[in-house]
Amino acid sequence: MLDLFPLVVLFPLLGFLHNALLRNKVPHRFAGIVATFAVFLSFLVTLVSFYQFRPMERTAPHIIHVFSWIHVGNFQADIGYQVDQLSLYMTLIITGIGTLIHLYSMGYMKGDHGYNRFFAYLNLFIFSMLNLVLSDNLVLTFLGWEGVGLCSYLLIGFEFEKSSAAAAGMKAFILNRIGDVGFILGTGFLFWIVGSVRYADLQASIPGLPGFINYANLIALFFFIAAMGKSAQVPLYVWLPDAMAGPTPVSALIHAATMVTAGIFLIARLNFVFLIAPDTSFFIACIGAFTALFAATIGVLQNDIKKILAYSTVSQLGFMFLAMGVGSYVAGLFHLMTHAFFKALLFLGAGSVIHALHHEQNIRKMGGLFSKIKITSWTFLVGTVAIAGLPPFSGFFSKDLILEKAYVYPVYGPILWTFGVVAAFFTAFYMFRLVFVVFFGKDNTQTHGKTIHESPGTMTFPLIVLAIGAVVTGFLQTPHFFLNIHKLESYFEPVLKYGKELAVVHQATVKGTELGSQVEMGLALFSVCVALIGILFSYLLFQWKKSEILEEHTGFRKILFHKYYIDEIYDFIIVKPFLFFANGIGYFFDRVIIDRFFVTFGFSLAWFGGALRRFQTGFVGDYALYIVLGSFCIILYLLAKGV
Amino acid sequence: MNPLISGIPVPFFLGLAGILFSIGVLGVLIRRNAVVIFMSVELILNSVNLVFVTFSKSLSNISGEVVVFFVMAIAAAEAAVGLALVIAIFRQKKSANVDELQEMKW
Repeated sequence: MLDLFPLVVLFPLLGFLHNALLRNKVPHRFAGIVATFAVFLSFLVTLVSFYQFRPMERTAPHIIHVFSWIHVGNFQADIGYQVDQLSLYMTLIITGIGTLIHLYSMGYMKGDHGYNRFFAYLNLFIFSMLNLVLSDNLVLTFLGWEGVGLCSYLLIGFEFEKSSAAAAGMKAFILNRIGDVGFILGTGFLFWIVGSVRYADLQASIPGLPGFINYANLIALFFFIAAMGKSAQVPLYVWLPDAMAGPTPVSALIHAATMVTAGIFLIARLNFVFLIAPDTSFFIACIGAFTALFAATIGVLQNDIKKILAYSTVSQLGFMFLAMGVGSYVAGLFHLMTHAFFKALLFLGAGSVIHALHHEQNIRKMGGLFSKIKITSWTFLVGTVAIAGLPPFSGFFSKDLILEKAYVYPVYGPILWTFGVVAAFFTAFYMFRLVFVVFFGKDNTQTHGKTIHESPGTMTFPLIVLAIGAVVTGFLQTPHFFLNIHKLESYFEPVLKYGKELAVVHQATVKGTELGSQVEMGLALFSVCVALIGILFSYLLFQWKKSEILEEHTGFRKILFHKYYIDEIYDFIIVKPFLFFANGIGYFFDRVIIDRFFVTFGFSLAWFGGALRRFQTGFVGDYALYIVLGSFCIILYLLAKGV
Repeated sequence: MNPLISGIPVPFFLGLAGILFSIGVLGVLIRRNAVVIFMSVELILNSVNLVFVTFSKSLSNISGEVVVFFVMAIAAAEAAVGLALVIAIFRQKKSANVDELQEMKW
């Protein structure tokens, strides 16, 4: 099965081709089944390969060369797949959660006239994402990287009749483009210095290049800029909240579980670059910590159920980057997985709520839904508890591991940790605000006479599976005082080994002090307390007091409600001047100066022709006169010149 | 070069030829009737013939007179074709007035 691994990539491609080419021919139900099965088969193949690969014992990656793609001079990029612990891990997440979300979409998109188109896009997305994570070289990864960007654009703007959706798609695409420049630059630099774009070659030759260390920070920074765009970190995060204009399954699959984690994956994949770039790593940690807190504070005052979850995603991605920055790749990848589960669950739950309320997204027009949609409510609650970080749910373990690693980071560690903890507090607070307002609070639903009903089985089944995942996945890696499981750490050992050895050679490694289990327990208890206080606060405010305190917008609350006016600031600083400049070029310089010059030239020729036309009267006499005048001129000339 | 032909100086011949030529050109330019224009063209050709003959005589060179016969032959042929055209157009237009013939524009 390992040698048949390219099938994993092939199935979604076939599904995409089927649905794209026959989108007007096949019935909706059939298209949905084809798309779902394409991903499901990929999942099965991955699962079998996973067991055959024996990831806990094997250290070398399994590389499958499919065919030669680009071969120019000494530049070689092939369609080849690298199966190792990291790519298998990502593939399992993508195909597993992807299958559930496809299944959910079958229920959610029912009756949508773009149903087949939607599934074609979803399959194309899965195909691109798999290329991104499985590729054995940077160029094919970039192909996937662009592919997911394209699908994100297509799916955000899925309901392109609405100009807001189309604009959101453009915004996502353009901001990602900024990051992609970083990716290209990083790839170019790596090729220039090392002479190869294949991960295996890079890994093998970088230790032999003593000069590489001088460029490591720069290259890492370029790749981090790419990650900033794709993974929505400050300052390129503004597209993700707007991306909620797409259908809910899209938000779950692309903008929570898979595509936005591509940045984390890239850092893990290039660990041998990032681990010897301590300055950039610290920068990553700072950006991550700041993003985590910044996005969490914005989430407190939003009223659109999907916007809240979007800011929460930005915040959680900040946590992951914090982990990457402090050099704990295992923690980052761990949180990537747990977050994929509970965030997909929350988004799908939100979709189920929206579905039940006939496309109402404003949480102030919800309330008292707990008894009406039981399965959705319970699963949503599970997801919320997981993201808030209460044991024994998955979010607790992964978030706690990150906070602990941040705490022991020797450079400003406690400050990073403080940021993280405050962000965790806000996370608990606004997520429970959401739960209280939507499921327990005063019933503000306006159904216009339609009944509120639980979603169909295709939608609730994924919710249940994801909820189970959100509960149990935390037990892959637990702290000393709690079972002391270190499965993930040993699992990722072979992938991260080279980078770590390299860092030791270059003394670039930032060694955190080992924590005693007492301190570790203290930290964990503290963060649980913080989460509980957050929950208590939101209980007091929204459930007990039925408070409207966060509804009247004055002073700082107003700033929060308007998301720190970041969009407006960007608009004012970048977009407006740029448009002004472009208008100046396009409508003044081009029209008035360039165009006028050339158009005048053309018109003068035309005028000249028009003047000549007058001579052609059609009278014989006129022509005879011209002949005479011409002869006369010639004679005069000859006389003047003297023959 | 002989400055006299039969006792008359060569410039007299050339002056007459010039006058004839100018009359012919004026006729072509200002008359409206196609037939008269043809007659004017013949006048131009005749003035040129006169120049040829004059120089032929004064230079005692026979080739000028040979050219004169060529010009006469061609003038006759041209007149025949031209008049045929004029008659054809006259049948169409019921007029030989060149100002009413603007088909050359197209």
